[in-house]
Amino acid sequence: MSQKVLLSSKEINIILHRLACQLLENHLDFKETVLVGLQPRGIFLAVRLAKILKEEYGVETIDLGFLDITFYRDDFRRGDKTLEANKTKIDFLVEDKKVVFIDDVLYTGRSINAALTAIQSFGRPREVELLTLIDRRFSRHLPIQPTYRGRQVDAINEEKVKVMWEENDGEDVIYLVKK
Amino acid sequence: MSELSVNHLLGIKYLKESDIQLIFETADHFKEVLNRPIKKVPSLRDITIANIFFENSTRTRLSFELAEKRLSADVVNFSAGQSSVKKGETLIDTVNNILSMKVDMVVMRHPNPGAGIFLSKHVKSSIINAGDGAHEHPTQALLDSYSIREKLGDVSGKNVLIVGDILHSRVALSNIFALKLQGANVKVCGPKTLMPKHIESLGVSVESDLRKALNWCDVANMLRIQNERLDISYFPTTREYTQQYGVNKALLNSLDKEIVIMHPGPINRGVEITSDVADSKQSIILNQVENGVAIRMAVIYLLASKIK
Repeated sequence: MSQKVLLSSKEINIILHRLACQLLENHLDFKETVLVGLQPRGIFLAVRLAKILKEEYGVETIDLGFLDITFYRDDFRRGDKTLEANKTKIDFLVEDKKVVFIDDVLYTGRSINAALTAIQSFGRPREVELLTLIDRRFSRHLPIQPTYRGRQVDAINEEKVKVMWEENDGEDVIYLVKK
Repeated sequence: MSELSVNHLLGIKYLKESDIQLIFETADHFKEVLNRPIKKVPSLRDITIANIFFENSTRTRLSFELAEKRLSADVVNFSAGQSSVKKGETLIDTVNNILSMKVDMVVMRHPNPGAGIFLSKHVKSSIINAGDGAHEHPTQALLDSYSIREKLGDVSGKNVLIVGDILHSRVALSNIFALKLQGANVKVCGPKTLMPKHIESLGVSVESDLRKALNWCDVANMLRIQNERLDISYFPTTREYTQQYGVNKALLNSLDKEIVIMHPGPINRGVEITSDVADSKQSIILNQVENGVAIRMAVIYLLASKIK
């Protein structure tokens, strides 16, 4: 197994600021918009972006939630292991809001498909956008594309993109891992 | 640990402590699901579950059926009263006939102890015991412990008192197994005639004085007097039972501390507990019922994910 650095801490920081600005451009004061980080790995990115928007761009309040899609996945009973759930925390109304899904890596699109079903349990959003830090091109199983993307990556199926966050893994870095 | 160690839920006796924790953690997630505007997830859309009840039930059956439907499973219901069981069909034949219609899981209540265990050895299906005679009622014990955990933060180290007919109670036995497994201290209290011999061998202590026992406990689980199982007279009159083993508000108020009151239902109001106790702030009886759905969703979800 070998791994190479796709993005360093400095590069990630620049991209996060660019993504924050793109969100700001489309949503301005975030009064009609809610950010939803997808469990388990999308929540770190969602928290970071909300922090940048608040602290560096003066957005006063942002509704930030976490959505777990385990019970909506299409591979229940298809793997060897029981699918383990994570915490969902959405303590605001989604009805008629603009929802931005936030996830670290967009790969087959199946998680986003599940998330689109899951979010409907909380109401009918006006529209749903998708923000992803890494977009793995040419590997989609479903017609799903991100609205905002950090970096596009061409990786073959045997490779894995590993996103590490300082608060969880000790440093900000993204690796491309070859098995 | 992300998988149950068993393929059926036949009794708490066959579970490990880690199984109980996994069920509770999963139930936490389902409890959140049940508070959403749309209380349904699509996980079990390709699973069919048969609820087979050879004995009456309202809350357990309703709770199981709701749990199954909230998980999007297909549900078929069967009561022995209107079935070919009356014509003399055996249990294995009945269940195998149901299973040949492509049913993946069976939830069964039966008046005979061990019916679920027997069935699990003879049919190819995941079995959940919803009460087998005076033996076990595992989902009730799980939801009882889950409700204690929710109210007091933890089950370990808590003093739990079980009052009433210990002899005929599957709720008592499953609760004792579950509570001991989680490190709680358990005491039982009731008429000597309704106390099984050698009950101490399960690691519980016996107290015949209700006031003393209540002063000791953090939680009191008041069992129902099951008139349908009392084939002979175990106590002189219901009134005498109530005087010695019933809990009323005056008794609760005279204790040194505020304790939590539980009851597996259905309540005989004025017998085990009075109405003002059942409806008081100390009672978590309706929380138990609410948690029952989340617990059963967790059990079904975890067992279904092992069906290949």
